[in-house]
Amino acid sequence: MDAVHFRWPGRDGFALGIDGFHVARSERLLLIGPSGSGKSTLLSLLCGIVTPDAGEIRVLDKELSSMDAAARDRARVEHFGIIFQMFNLLPYLSVIDNVLLPLSFSKTRRQRAAEARTVDAEARRLLDHLGLDPQALASRSAARLSVGQQQRVAAARALIGRPEIVVADEPTSALDRKHQRHFLELLFGEAEDAGSTVVMVSHDETLAPEFDRVVDLGDILVNHVPAASR
Amino acid sequence: MIILRLAWQSLLNRWVTALLTILAIAVSVMLLLGVEKVRTGARSSFANTISGTDLIVGARSGDLQLLLYSVFRIGNATNNMTYESFEEIAADPAVDWIVPVSLGDSHRGFRVMGTSSAYFEHYRYRRDRRLTFAEGKPFDDLFDAVLGADVAATLGYRIGDPIVVAHGLGDISFAEHDDKPFVVAGILEKTGTPVDRTVHVSLEAIEAIHVDWQSGAQIPGQAVSADDVRKMDLTPGAVTAAFVGLKSKLSTFKLQRAINEYAQEPLSAILPGAALQELWGLIGTAETALGAVSVMVVVTALLGMVTMVLATLNERRREMAILRSVGARPRTVLGLLVAEAGLLGLLGAVLGVVLLYLVLLVVRPLVDTEFGLYLEIGWLTSREQLSLVAIVVAGLLAGLLPALRAYRLSLADGMMVRT
Repeated sequence: MDAVHFRWPGRDGFALGIDGFHVARSERLLLIGPSGSGKSTLLSLLCGIVTPDAGEIRVLDKELSSMDAAARDRARVEHFGIIFQMFNLLPYLSVIDNVLLPLSFSKTRRQRAAEARTVDAEARRLLDHLGLDPQALASRSAARLSVGQQQRVAAARALIGRPEIVVADEPTSALDRKHQRHFLELLFGEAEDAGSTVVMVSHDETLAPEFDRVVDLGDILVNHVPAASR
Repeated sequence: MIILRLAWQSLLNRWVTALLTILAIAVSVMLLLGVEKVRTGARSSFANTISGTDLIVGARSGDLQLLLYSVFRIGNATNNMTYESFEEIAADPAVDWIVPVSLGDSHRGFRVMGTSSAYFEHYRYRRDRRLTFAEGKPFDDLFDAVLGADVAATLGYRIGDPIVVAHGLGDISFAEHDDKPFVVAGILEKTGTPVDRTVHVSLEAIEAIHVDWQSGAQIPGQAVSADDVRKMDLTPGAVTAAFVGLKSKLSTFKLQRAINEYAQEPLSAILPGAALQELWGLIGTAETALGAVSVMVVVTALLGMVTMVLATLNERRREMAILRSVGARPRTVLGLLVAEAGLLGLLGAVLGVVLLYLVLLVVRPLVDTEFGLYLEIGWLTSREQLSLVAIVVAGLLAGLLPALRAYRLSLADGMMVRT
């Protein structure tokens, strides 16, 4: 990201400027910043949900900021696995269908997921590696899992089809300390196997030792007007 | 495909509300189609009140008036036709059969009709159904009466019961022909036509009970006993109307013109089919009103569906964000909600049709015997198919409303909704 400026349309005051922000391939990066500091906005920009008013965002050597909306939507599912803070799953789908969801929107990821085994087996393998018993859980409704289980299913979904970048927005804040470490270990293990870059944002600095690099959001922001009410 | 699957799963997840919405649509669809069925059934039952009769002849009056008093027993004849005219028409070579109708008396609110036994042979309703006897037989003796099904059921008459005919048409009459009582000789099966509400006696009997009457009252001192009257000549002087059947339909208009131009007295001859259509046209406004009401019911059901989809929209912003995060386009989100509405509409329409046929199967025999309304159970007419398609399309369009809102929300929210 270079010389990026962004203002949410219709939301007074909140603006974000970034001079330069770069992540290397296969890097594990932690972005630290307090609530309302613009972490989520940064991720929205990164994933191509919104486009900057000025500046350039390049992902995997492609310029995201100049793509049209359809191309950005495609790029998002091709290259990104995304994990939210909580409520990651569609409650009306089974666990396995939730994991398989990105494959319905991306041919590339479907092909990659089907390289070694069937997509179904791949989904079960990921669940298994993330510490969930696929036998017992795969066909269960996603709404009936515990928060910790839900986050691991979300991780499996983010990882299936080996996207180049895994973006996680405070994925561990709903978990207790012990589960946080465990979750990150599992996530990193799988990301390493898939060769994925991990970009995670958090307000929790204690997670820092787990990452290759830690960036404080305050250090890269310029012209930043914090959100007044958020 | 993924959209339809997601829509389906999402509806399954909310199956209680979804099912209620589908039921509401189904019931409204059933009502709409049911009204249509009843409408066509009523129309054809009505048009078939009298069939097989080629001409109805009476004293000169309007077509509708003649039809109303001769077939529906509503209102009064302004004039009678002479028996000579009746016999002259009967003698016409084109005429196959002729049945006299003589009205003017009543029995406890039901009209009494004098006729000949040819009536039971030639009267047809609902295309080619003939009158059949539930009990007894046509009149044989001078004072035999044959009751319509409703008369017998309402007044609780059985074969052999005596009945007294009242002069005039009032419900309660003080001028009764009580010196010459009739005996119930036969009771007809239910027909769903005005026949059910008629007491049939012979033409001669009508003459007999009026032999000693003049100007609506018995002539004092000149009473003729029931036994004496049997010995008298009972050829009537006049009849109210006549049903005519022709040997060939081709001569219908020729004979009609001949009767209308009859020189000896002013007569009218009408085609019952045409007059019935004209009458239906008059009372047909009711069917338009019925149709309008059922359309409103369908609109209400669709509004209910939109409300249901809209109401859940806010709690589903999260769902939209997840879909966006895995690469769904805002259009896909729009498609998902439209698909949901479409599925609801489609399932509602299909269930509505199923319900309609179930209800028709159950109520048809009942409606037939109770109201004489024969409901056709055929495949959906093209008009009905068209309205079904219209309902599903309307459902899709209605679904656009919440869908467009979701589209805007998901554009604004992106995928960073925190709930």
